[in-house]
Amino acid sequence: MNFVMPDLYPASAEIFLLLMTCAVLLVDLFAGKGRHWLVYLLTQLTLAGCFGITFFTLDGQAVTTFSNMFVDDLFADFLKLVLYPAVAVMLVYSREYLAARNLDKGEFYLLVLFATLGMMVMISASHFLTIYLGLELLALSLYALVAIDRDSARATEAAMKYFVLGAMASGLLLYGISMVYGATGSLDIVEVGQRIATGGGNKTVLVFGLVFVVAGLAFKLGVVPFHMWIPDVYHGAPTAVTLFIGSAPKLAAFAIAMRVLVTGLAELAEHWQVMLTILAALSIALGNLAAIAQTNLKRMLAYSAISHMGFMLLGILSGIVGGDPRFALNAYSSAMFYAITYVLMSLGSFGMILLLSRASFEAENIEDFKGLNKRSPWFAAMMMILMFSMAGMPFFVGFFAKFAVLQSVVAAKMVWLAVFAVLFSLVGAFYYLRVVKVMYFDAPTDTAPIEAPRDMRYLLSINGLAVALLGLLPQGVLEYSIYASYAFLAGH
Amino acid sequence: MTGLPLLSIAIWLPIVGGLLVLATGGDRNAGLARLVALIAAVAGFLVTIPLYVGFDATTSDMQFTELLPWIPRFNIQYQLGVDGISVLFILLNSFITPLVVLAGWKVIEEKAAQYMAAFLIMSGLMNGIFSALDAVLFYVFFEASLIPMYIIIGVWGGPNRVYAAFKFFLYTLLGSLLMLVALIYLFFQSGFSFNLLEWHQLKIPLTAQIYLFLAFLMAFAVKVPMWPVHTWLPDAHVEAPTGGSVVLAAIMLKLGAYGFLRFSLPIAPDASRELAWLMIALSLTAVVYIGFVALVQADMKKLIAYSSISHMGFVTLGFFIFNSLGIEGALVQMISHGFISGAMFLCVGVLYDRMHSRQIADYGGVVNTMPKFAALFMFFAMANAGLPATSGFVGEFMVILGAVQFNFWVGFAAATTLILGAAYTLWMYKRVVFGAVANHHVAELADIDARELVILGILALCVLGMGLYPYPFTEVMHASVENLLKHVAVPKF
Repeated sequence: MNFVMPDLYPASAEIFLLLMTCAVLLVDLFAGKGRHWLVYLLTQLTLAGCFGITFFTLDGQAVTTFSNMFVDDLFADFLKLVLYPAVAVMLVYSREYLAARNLDKGEFYLLVLFATLGMMVMISASHFLTIYLGLELLALSLYALVAIDRDSARATEAAMKYFVLGAMASGLLLYGISMVYGATGSLDIVEVGQRIATGGGNKTVLVFGLVFVVAGLAFKLGVVPFHMWIPDVYHGAPTAVTLFIGSAPKLAAFAIAMRVLVTGLAELAEHWQVMLTILAALSIALGNLAAIAQTNLKRMLAYSAISHMGFMLLGILSGIVGGDPRFALNAYSSAMFYAITYVLMSLGSFGMILLLSRASFEAENIEDFKGLNKRSPWFAAMMMILMFSMAGMPFFVGFFAKFAVLQSVVAAKMVWLAVFAVLFSLVGAFYYLRVVKVMYFDAPTDTAPIEAPRDMRYLLSINGLAVALLGLLPQGVLEYSIYASYAFLAGH
Repeated sequence: MTGLPLLSIAIWLPIVGGLLVLATGGDRNAGLARLVALIAAVAGFLVTIPLYVGFDATTSDMQFTELLPWIPRFNIQYQLGVDGISVLFILLNSFITPLVVLAGWKVIEEKAAQYMAAFLIMSGLMNGIFSALDAVLFYVFFEASLIPMYIIIGVWGGPNRVYAAFKFFLYTLLGSLLMLVALIYLFFQSGFSFNLLEWHQLKIPLTAQIYLFLAFLMAFAVKVPMWPVHTWLPDAHVEAPTGGSVVLAAIMLKLGAYGFLRFSLPIAPDASRELAWLMIALSLTAVVYIGFVALVQADMKKLIAYSSISHMGFVTLGFFIFNSLGIEGALVQMISHGFISGAMFLCVGVLYDRMHSRQIADYGGVVNTMPKFAALFMFFAMANAGLPATSGFVGEFMVILGAVQFNFWVGFAAATTLILGAAYTLWMYKRVVFGAVANHHVAELADIDARELVILGILALCVLGMGLYPYPFTEVMHASVENLLKHVAVPKF
């Protein structure tokens, strides 16, 4: 057997990132103390470079490489083009926070870059093994990131929990993948799809495998009943890391859910639809109900993340109606729109926590936002925009995200599910309103001026305004998701 | 229609004005903020006058229409237009806003800029509700208008403001979320359109119509509010600052009633007729039962709030007896109630600003120290009771006539409001204004100043003018109401 050099061009962004990560590693080693800004700058440049590469190598073609294990299609590119800015914004928000806690070591940036690489691999995976590789690269980086503040008992505990549960989830996923392999004799996602479509494989074994695959995915997405790690990890991790976990990885999780379920196991749609319906309904219900009881903002946002992921699942599950994929494009693009807008809102709201935090003070309790309107009307307004957007109020982009998903659910003739979802988003409105209440109706207890670097303040303002502006004019991002989903569906 | 996009200006001018007011900054520039707010509010009213002057009352078609693609992905359009039913509410809303700004001129000392801005933004949003011809556009304005009101009640409200603000927000959100599902359902039924005018022509099976009607009912009944989902209103009214109460009573309650005319009746006409008995029963309950409830209130604002619910019962009653007297009477009642309830809340506000109490028991003999105020208050109280020659009489009388035409006993039950309304309003008036001076606080009261006199005087003129000569109002709405009735009479499944 001859060794054939794989076509590296489709993976050029990943390769660039890997090379740069190695460079950052070396620079960090020799730069010495007090030169963290160099590592930071290089990290940002790396992300900008990746953005440039992905952007300038955009073409409508879906190219596979590495023996069909890796695919570079418009779907992947479009998701990556959101991923890089999300990571970059997170780095800007975290910088001051990390510096104040002596956490801005080179390792942080390295782990973030490795995690980013993992996410890119997940997004571009067209093979079950590639998915697993990407997933583990991301997960292992995140475990370490959660524990990066090694003196914090809370963070260490969270990391332990995350690791144990995450490892179990990986095990479940692998077990499910092995079942699929056993039934179809292939790990190539497209091929698996074709073999099942042509009647290959034992249905019982496949469905058995599917259960484990869905459970594994549900763990990674953090939906009920596989959500246990989310509140503890969000709460325990340093806020900068929470911000990271709560934003970009959702895009990658969305991508693998789409690749595995829609490309690979579309023929089993009737089965996974039922599973996803249960997962989504439970997540929306429990996420919203449990969030009410939280006094810690990070925990509250964790439960809110659970319910948001439930909403996103609604989009994925409503694509195929009784074997009829007529509304697939509508549904998948809605789910993608939801994922993108969620990342935007999540970045902003954790960014606000970082903004209010100081060297010896974590502004992580809802109480800490008391009277923010007095202290800084501008940032109170930004937080208000973010909270109302998360609650799904117009004119903010969160409304159109919910709207898009709900209309895809109604299109799939599941009106009851839509009614269920809106009733629980009413419950959800309560705890977002409470944050607004604390900021606007209460008097401040903390009168320290809000100090943050200029780049962070500007970026956070842009982030908040973007949520409002995209709420007025969402068409652009909606079209973006349509293009990506169209390319995705055309690919198989 | 050529010329300026008047409706867009009516919507966005106050909103931009509100943002400008916010830009004036903190309380140091409160004077500037007030001035900008007043200019924006008056300008906002002036731009709506051409809507009335240029309105063609002979047609029921939408006028001043604007159409731009907004979100082609879901076929959502930025589509605006007014007919005889909606145009008056845009005027009313834009007219009330400057008064509200004036009413808060001196009283609001803390965060004046944010206060004024919230009212201006809300005014623009509500103009949007009345002029939207696209269902999603309507919904977006409808929900967005909750946000400024939530802030207004919560920041400048009374002691129990947090509870009231949450109750207001969540109650109304509950209704509108179910409507959202109904709207999406109609989107698919109509072949991917959110165009309201197209929906009016849509044929829908009766069962589906009934579900749709109930979903709309949830949204609009909460907003009106109809018995038994009215309980948020007294709380919201009592806790809201004066301006908030005025806007709530004068405009926000009308949104629900307007929704019935724009959504329920034309989209689900058969269900409307099927369920008219339910609507009439709920309306009469509101008129009679809530009238009694108003009688026993010890808090002036609460009393007026219950009186509002009772009067709005008249409005919904007028809609569901399906004759032109009923609907036109209901519309006249809505506008008149906008003036009168606004004025009543302003009167209570005048007292509250001086005494910081809304309890009837704390007052007595106000006429001795505030004669000018007592006279104006008397006038509005009479109008609230439905005295002939005030606008309050016209609407109620038309609805009662229509109800008698429909069924004598329904008309009879509705007519009890004339007694009940007089009873609770005038009894409250008597206890507050007449008699001996109750305590030294009352003895120290100062009569209304020029600003308050102007606000109340303008409203008094409106109430009197509309009571003596309601033709300019009914003329505008006549063609549209006739068309609506014709439309509702035809089975659609």
